[in-house]
Amino acid sequence: MKSTVAAKDKVAVEDTQAAKGLRMLKKAFAVVGVQNVSLLSALILLVVVIGFQDPNFFRAQNLLSIGSAVTIFGLLAVVQTVVILLGALDISVGSMTGLTSVVSAMVFTSTSQASLGMLAALGAGVACGLVNGLVIIYGRVNAVIATLATLAAFKGLAQIISGGRSQGYTGTDPFFTFLGRGKVGGVPFLIILLLIVAVVVHLVLRYTSIGRNIYAIGGNPTAARLAGININRYIISVYMAVGFIGGLAGILLTARTGSGQPVSGSEGLELEAITAAALGGAALTGGKGAIPGTILAVLLLGVLSNGLTVLGVNPFLQNVAKGALLLVAVVLQQRRAGQRAVGLPA
Amino acid sequence: MTSKVVITGLTKSFGPVHALRAVDLEVAAGEVLALLGENGAGKSTLLKVLSGDYAADAGTIEIDGEPVVFRGSPDSKRAGIRVIAQEPEILKHLSVAENIFVGNLPVKNGLYIKSYVEQRAAEELARYGFDEVISTETMGSDLSPAQRQIVEIMRGLVASPRIVAFDEPTSSLTEHEVTALFRLIRQLRADGVAVIYVSHRMHEIFDVADRAAVLRDGQMVGARDLADTTENELVKLMVGRELSEMFSRNRVEPGKVVLQVDGLVNEYVHDVSLSVRGGEVVVIAGLIGAGRSELARTIVGDLSRTAGTVAVDGVEITARTPRASMKAGIGFAPEERKAQALLLQRSVRDNTSLAILDRLTRLLFVRTSLERKVVLEIVERMNVRTPSIEQEISKLSGGNQQKVVLGRWLARKPKVLILDEPTRGVDVGAKAEIYAVIDELASTGIGVLVISSELPEVLGLADRILVMQGGRIRGELLRADATEEAVLSLALPISESVEESHR
Repeated sequence: MKSTVAAKDKVAVEDTQAAKGLRMLKKAFAVVGVQNVSLLSALILLVVVIGFQDPNFFRAQNLLSIGSAVTIFGLLAVVQTVVILLGALDISVGSMTGLTSVVSAMVFTSTSQASLGMLAALGAGVACGLVNGLVIIYGRVNAVIATLATLAAFKGLAQIISGGRSQGYTGTDPFFTFLGRGKVGGVPFLIILLLIVAVVVHLVLRYTSIGRNIYAIGGNPTAARLAGININRYIISVYMAVGFIGGLAGILLTARTGSGQPVSGSEGLELEAITAAALGGAALTGGKGAIPGTILAVLLLGVLSNGLTVLGVNPFLQNVAKGALLLVAVVLQQRRAGQRAVGLPA
Repeated sequence: MTSKVVITGLTKSFGPVHALRAVDLEVAAGEVLALLGENGAGKSTLLKVLSGDYAADAGTIEIDGEPVVFRGSPDSKRAGIRVIAQEPEILKHLSVAENIFVGNLPVKNGLYIKSYVEQRAAEELARYGFDEVISTETMGSDLSPAQRQIVEIMRGLVASPRIVAFDEPTSSLTEHEVTALFRLIRQLRADGVAVIYVSHRMHEIFDVADRAAVLRDGQMVGARDLADTTENELVKLMVGRELSEMFSRNRVEPGKVVLQVDGLVNEYVHDVSLSVRGGEVVVIAGLIGAGRSELARTIVGDLSRTAGTVAVDGVEITARTPRASMKAGIGFAPEERKAQALLLQRSVRDNTSLAILDRLTRLLFVRTSLERKVVLEIVERMNVRTPSIEQEISKLSGGNQQKVVLGRWLARKPKVLILDEPTRGVDVGAKAEIYAVIDELASTGIGVLVISSELPEVLGLADRILVMQGGRIRGELLRADATEEAVLSLALPISESVEESHR
């Protein structure tokens, strides 16, 4: 009799310990987020598989080159995430980067001042963002259509002022060189820059009223407006911030390639940025998503691309792999959200 | 006579909300059963289970002794059930005839022939006496609410159903159309159809139904033959307590005017002026479509206006935006909680602090400990039932969600609160709590402007009642003079005959 009671107790104790472990695991999952856990698992799996096939993958130089390669589209993915949180989209960022890249190189050349080139690029980017914001708000144009139009316009503008040719800059500037190729403690400055921007945007989104209001606008614009949030100001400001980062991306493109690139080097960046944001868990309906997920997705895409190259996979097949990855991720997300298959999804 | 529909032990929950608890219900062939209950009592859920839109958690439905299981609305339709929706889905770009037959267009020799479909529709409309009020060629987008309702009714009837459920069909119909509808229901009864009729209007129920079943908080609390019962008994069953217990107002002497609205004009409201004093509860009554919600949204600057002023504490609000009216001290809880007020994916905390974030920040950073403290105070004061303030708000019941919306504005300590249908879709218990909060707020000197469509609520809450009709304030009633009849007679549109005699 006694022994059964004791046995029962023991089972109970074990149960609670197992339950405790499970609870802690659940809690850890909740803190990190299911999305991030799955992205991280996919990333580790991919690294292991690729590393197993070709140990060269693990060489520091290769790892750092992945980091440098993803910087430009990583920056754009971070700001694109913010736009998506608002429930909008900016597909003009690629041509914005091309335009500002050309501007930075040409102003540098004509003034022999790298700083002026950079300021001009940032200014041009912010102006592009302002145009996007104003068209969307005061023209009452859908964000996708508006930025589809400016995508074409900015690209054309870049081609006109550059005559359609890449613009090599004359003269050297230590800071400019440093931006493109410099290292701090062995780590490329590009990577550090991406991390700084990501951390700042993350802190703003998570801990400031600005970030909270951005989530509110994306989650329910009517509720946000009725709660006294100036939605127009937020949307225009975010598009201007995207322009600023687009300008930065343009400068980095010039610094890395050694010339201003009107189209090549920036074309398609907007789609890569959107891919990363969506893969990172940002819902295109707005109000849901976060920077850590986007950064993990950027790394995942970077590793995938680099790893497949290391393994000698046909580059065209790499694009198929990226597309498949995005589809699988989004299908899984929708499954988890319990979306029923009726009509067009939101 | 065999019993046509027998529902046993029907149970349905949405998260923590028990919409239906072990409901039993029988409707015989050739019987009209009135289904009564307050908003949120579970009537709509019951109908949605019948129509196959919701799957029940437990319970059975038998039709003519055969148990049926619905995996979707097509199953329910196949079983001969038609639920006439209160707010029908009308296809705007299709004609009345096509709307009536949608999903099952009649064909002639395998072809869709427009004139044939219209002829069939005209026959059906004439059969039920609606041919005068609606033309088969009218496009869906041009239909009035009453005509939309008629199209929805016809959709149900062209399929020769065995069981028809009407969900408050008369809320948008005129007297004339209601007469036609009742004729139709009697005809259905004579044809041996089982009819379920949901309505709030007592005189209609006694007019058209044989029996009444009453739902309260998702439970079946009783069924009565209408020949053996009274209106009072049914109301008591619905509410579960005396009305006077729900509305205990501690009236205070109204202070000075806190909200002054003068001559508002836009496409929805025509020259509306009103004032609310501190400590006063003013209720705007009226029918759906009278322009009450639009008036509220115009006052807070959400809808633009061509003329008129709004002043709080004697200071005119010059900027016409919700932000400006919020800063001036107006709080506004809109009509549609989910669509207009809540961030459904966010926590109770985020939802509560939404309108006061500007007061909780230091150098733009939200002071989280202060925020927690403020939110916890509000949650406690509003008696929001939630496991934690980090709980996602969509997991809460409608009543608790509404308390969070009210709490959001309470946290700002407003001078004026405008509440549009504050108890819609809220269970009886939460309703009483919301009434108590409104009373408490008024007694602290806040001016409260409430929009309500429920007459007991209008009469129970108000110090003063403004009745709107057609975008205008048709009359003002002091609490002492207000009766349901007085409010209704002001709320109803001026009848055509009166208008003609004025010409």
